[in-house]
Amino acid sequence: MPSPAWWPRRVEAVTFDLLAKYDPLIAEHAGLLSTGIRDPFGIIMEKVISPTEAIIKGRHTILLGTYNYMGMTFDPDVIAAGQTALRDFGAGTTGSRVLNGTYQTHKECEDALKDFYAMSHAMVFSTGYQANLGMVSTLAGKGDFIILDADSHASIYDGCKMSNADIVRFRHNDVVDLEKRLKRLPPEAGKLVVLEGVYSMLGDIAPLKELVAMAKAHGCMVLVDEAHGMGFFGEHGRGVYEEAGVADDVDFVVGTFSKSVGTVGGFCVSNHPKFEILRLVCRPYTFTASLPPAVVACSATSIRKLMTAHAKRDRLWEATRRLHGGLKSRGFRLATDTPESAIVSVLMPDQETTALMWSTLIELGVYVNMSRPPATPAGVYLLRCSICALHQDEQIDIVLGKFDQAAQMCNLALHEAA
Amino acid sequence: MTDSAAVYARIIELIEPLNIKKVALTPDTTFAGDMEMDSLTVMDLVASMEDEWDIMIPLNMLPDLETIGQVADAVAGLVAKKG
Repeated sequence: MPSPAWWPRRVEAVTFDLLAKYDPLIAEHAGLLSTGIRDPFGIIMEKVISPTEAIIKGRHTILLGTYNYMGMTFDPDVIAAGQTALRDFGAGTTGSRVLNGTYQTHKECEDALKDFYAMSHAMVFSTGYQANLGMVSTLAGKGDFIILDADSHASIYDGCKMSNADIVRFRHNDVVDLEKRLKRLPPEAGKLVVLEGVYSMLGDIAPLKELVAMAKAHGCMVLVDEAHGMGFFGEHGRGVYEEAGVADDVDFVVGTFSKSVGTVGGFCVSNHPKFEILRLVCRPYTFTASLPPAVVACSATSIRKLMTAHAKRDRLWEATRRLHGGLKSRGFRLATDTPESAIVSVLMPDQETTALMWSTLIELGVYVNMSRPPATPAGVYLLRCSICALHQDEQIDIVLGKFDQAAQMCNLALHEAA
Repeated sequence: MTDSAAVYARIIELIEPLNIKKVALTPDTTFAGDMEMDSLTVMDLVASMEDEWDIMIPLNMLPDLETIGQVADAVAGLVAKKG
């Protein structure tokens, strides 16, 4: 059939390659791999043996970079709950939470969150990223202000971008700088201060007592992201904000299932009386498919078990202190002087050494995260370790030995132990 | 000297220590392209300008401010608005 007369004829138009802007990054990545090291961003786990061990490239590997803090991924009760839900409710919901995508399992998961946090409302998102994206962009609109820590997670920055609010950034964990910026804001405007309990790159925690008090003194609402603090900070494991004693002054707590809970998903809990309307106006909640019933059933069971996981909490801190202290005494430079969270970040001098150390460790059977700018603050290069409550002392000691061995093989200068 | 000229002159003084590549500073000089400033340096510069004039330069304003001249005009505007 001939094309209609208005159909554009193929002419000699030059198509501009939209991916050309990534040429420098393609070259940098290729340059990294040309030195013969393994791709830090291309790891495939062929078999997962437990929350702390996997087979990578045929090698038995200790996992030290999974955020699986409480080791819930293989908990028998969690698995059983998922199996039952998979059998009774099917593989997926094929729909939005506000249409056909809310099952009894989703309600039970939100009930578990309300109990865990002792809050009256809970909203489950499909990922933690979407929880921040949705909450930040929906709470603050045109004419409002979002005040965020400079080291905030990408999901918070993206939420800011998606909102029509004015964005004000303050220096990381700096109460004086926050005050200076809050004083410049119009008193009558809506203001949201966004904080994180644990900052995941360096593993440092926020002085929430001071920051939240400052925010409240200037009439701001406060949102705290406890992604890396849930399960083992505070009396009930609610996070750094609980330990800091500021629960009554935090308006919204955002969290994730993909760390201590051991599944995937995100959430926000709150006591705000109008909270439920957010289900209808929060686009990253409304315009996406809900989590599969098996995932929310696993999550609900895991959350309820975390409420009383006191022994595991103690063990997590014990294993963290062992790793932090061991690395420090061997002369590695660490991002925090003491173990502030279950993340221990080892400072590296440059990209080449970081990549070489990472690659050597993986060949020696230890998986950690390699982190580099722009994901890291202040342009630092890191080998980031996250500890699991199920890590045995023997595993931590093996890891310490491998770090020593890798440093020797890579000519990494170690410091005199203090 | 007009207010906006004074603002421009002071901004040049604030940029000078951060101008590691020592490029010539004119109203058309760009921060990312010519000076190759990274986002952290930009943040420091924004903070120092905010403190200098006790103003607020929201993050969402920055994508439209590519040259020194554009920044000077924006800052002069914010200072004027403050009264």
